[in-house]
Amino acid sequence: MSFRKIAGAIAVAGALVAGGAMSGQAATLDDVKAAGTLKCGINTGLPGFAYTDDAGNWTGFDVAYCRAMAAAVLGDANAISFVNLTGKTRFPALASGEIDVLSRNTTWTFSRDVDLGFTFIGVSYYDGQGFIGRTALGIGSATELDGASVCIQTGTTTELNLADFFRVNGISYEPVPIETNAEARAAYEAERCDVYTTDASGLAATRTTFEDPSQHMVFPEIVSKEPLGPLVRQGDDQWADIARWTLNALITAEELGVTQANVAEMANGTDHPEINRMLGSEGSLGEMLGLDAQWAVRAIAAEGNYAEIFDRYIGKDSPLALGRGLNALYTDGGILYSPPFR
Amino acid sequence: MSKKAAPGGSGGFDISRAWTDERARGVIFQLLLVLGLALLAAFIVSNTITNLREAGLSSGYGFLFDTSAFDINQRLVEYSSTSTYGQAFVVGALNTILVAVMGVVTATVIGFVAGVLRLSNNFLVSRIVAAWVEFTRNVPVLLQIIFWWLIMLALPRVRDSISFGDAAFLNNRGIFLPAPIFEDGSAIVLALILVGVVATVAVRYWARKRQDATGRTFPVGWAGLGLIVGVPLIVYFAVGQPLDFDIPEKKKFNLKGGFNVTPELVALWLALSTYTGAFISEIVRAGILSVSKGQTEAAGALGLRRGLTMRKIILPQALRVIIPPMTSQYLNLTKNSSLAVAIGYQDIVSIGDTILNQSGQALEVISLYMAFYLVLSLLTSAFMNWYNKRIALVER
Repeated sequence: MSFRKIAGAIAVAGALVAGGAMSGQAATLDDVKAAGTLKCGINTGLPGFAYTDDAGNWTGFDVAYCRAMAAAVLGDANAISFVNLTGKTRFPALASGEIDVLSRNTTWTFSRDVDLGFTFIGVSYYDGQGFIGRTALGIGSATELDGASVCIQTGTTTELNLADFFRVNGISYEPVPIETNAEARAAYEAERCDVYTTDASGLAATRTTFEDPSQHMVFPEIVSKEPLGPLVRQGDDQWADIARWTLNALITAEELGVTQANVAEMANGTDHPEINRMLGSEGSLGEMLGLDAQWAVRAIAAEGNYAEIFDRYIGKDSPLALGRGLNALYTDGGILYSPPFR
Repeated sequence: MSKKAAPGGSGGFDISRAWTDERARGVIFQLLLVLGLALLAAFIVSNTITNLREAGLSSGYGFLFDTSAFDINQRLVEYSSTSTYGQAFVVGALNTILVAVMGVVTATVIGFVAGVLRLSNNFLVSRIVAAWVEFTRNVPVLLQIIFWWLIMLALPRVRDSISFGDAAFLNNRGIFLPAPIFEDGSAIVLALILVGVVATVAVRYWARKRQDATGRTFPVGWAGLGLIVGVPLIVYFAVGQPLDFDIPEKKKFNLKGGFNVTPELVALWLALSTYTGAFISEIVRAGILSVSKGQTEAAGALGLRRGLTMRKIILPQALRVIIPPMTSQYLNLTKNSSLAVAIGYQDIVSIGDTILNQSGQALEVISLYMAFYLVLSLLTSAFMNWYNKRIALVER
């Protein structure tokens, strides 16, 4: 009995200490408001996801999320200081507080979520690792790659998936790991390796830059699950909630037909209760988040709903022309699904 | 020289006069500096530990025993994706050491040849070498690494490999050589080669003694050739050629079997050895010029041939000037090898970056890099200092 009491006391003490530590950190929202800008970590440059437009402004699928969040929190979609991060520098930057949120096509994995002390707030893009090879190789499947040389861009989970795939299929390969996409592509184009592997979205982006894209094919195998999404530091639940529901608002907006064009009008009230709750004309969801009632209106007005952002930067209206695939709404055969606003 | 100790010669130390005493002041400032540095270091360490703890990050080197789960294309020791991070580090460290040792050897050879050629009386030769040295020295080494790599990539593709008697192949995936397979009896041959090396060293020692005593020379080179190559070769045939070769074979995608030197290794090696070789050639030139012209003329007056003058008179004296700056060139070469990451040579930094990404242990991985390069550099310096002492002018 006494042992239980002691254990209970320790548990309570532990909870108190943990609570104390958390309250010490739960200030990201205040910090961001005080600074007046959202520090958003993005890629150093990846077509479709984060790149500079003709005017030199950062834009893209990952950047659009930063803008939606800045609009929701600060009321200004441009109140962002972008921090360009490599695969190596992204985690220390987030852990140290150099950035408030990381939106840099980062795969949600167990160890990153648990061991590195981050909180993934959702999935903005369901990706998977694939292979691109020359049609002249005359093979139709990645399982026929026994003995091939494989170019890899390092600094991602790619190397592990590749090793797992070849080990599971009992075939051998020569890895050629290269740090940057540009050099890895050069090696592939010079036929230093037979195939190039990275996330399927990246392959589609890379394929468009080849001299004759029709000579290259993306193999049907997707060898890994790569749920890409934004993440924040662990320990500040309020901030994680804001980040999570900003993403959910974009997805729900698509589901309910709220667009960049009609969001202002719909904010005045509609006959759909969930739209009204999300856009603040009913209930007080915004206050619960520590924001105002109009937060989601601004988030959607920044770059549009999920479908608009997808189509503009990586989907049918972009050079990448990626299909929605898994990233279609669950009502359209995909797995994109937001919890309800109520 | 003025006396620096406290004046008066009383022997006692007067604290009130410490500020006017140059030596005491020096000690005080040095102590303050050391104290300041120690405080700074303590602050950095404790601050880092506190921040890591607050961020909820695990630290320590336990991750080295976790499974790595990725593959490496150039392995000098046993390694697979089921090995640990620690083993992956060892593979990377050995790859760095390999390219560093190869680079140091060729850079030295290139440096000596270029340094001597630049002093050639032949105008064309000296000008060409001078132009090459200036060009190589003044282009960033990273660009040169990528330049050599692109040249390697421009070699024929694997289907159009250049074949050397169907045994060795060259293409843009590297150099494929027959790998020796040692069969029964080959141990005797290998042992004989070792014995030959030892015997040659002994002969050289004896020949030198005799030359010192009697002035008669002995053809050590020919004797060595016979001992190291000749005898083992005869035995090799006598025991029935106990050596087979694993010859690379064309497979669907690649050449399989044999021994593969990757284009990344070749590119890195060539870039590092020419870049450092250019610097070394300048050091060699300076060393040779530091030996007074009178020495050459005296050797000529004694009837020594030019080659012998260079080998026996000039270089031994020049080496004393050459060796100390050479050490820093070797260290530079070793450290520059970390630029390999750009072209995908799997050195310690390239592999460490992958480990860093998988494990998230940034501080620990970076500290391992630093420890590795520090140890490697200190060992190189220690060896070079020993060699420098050995060839230094012994004054009586």
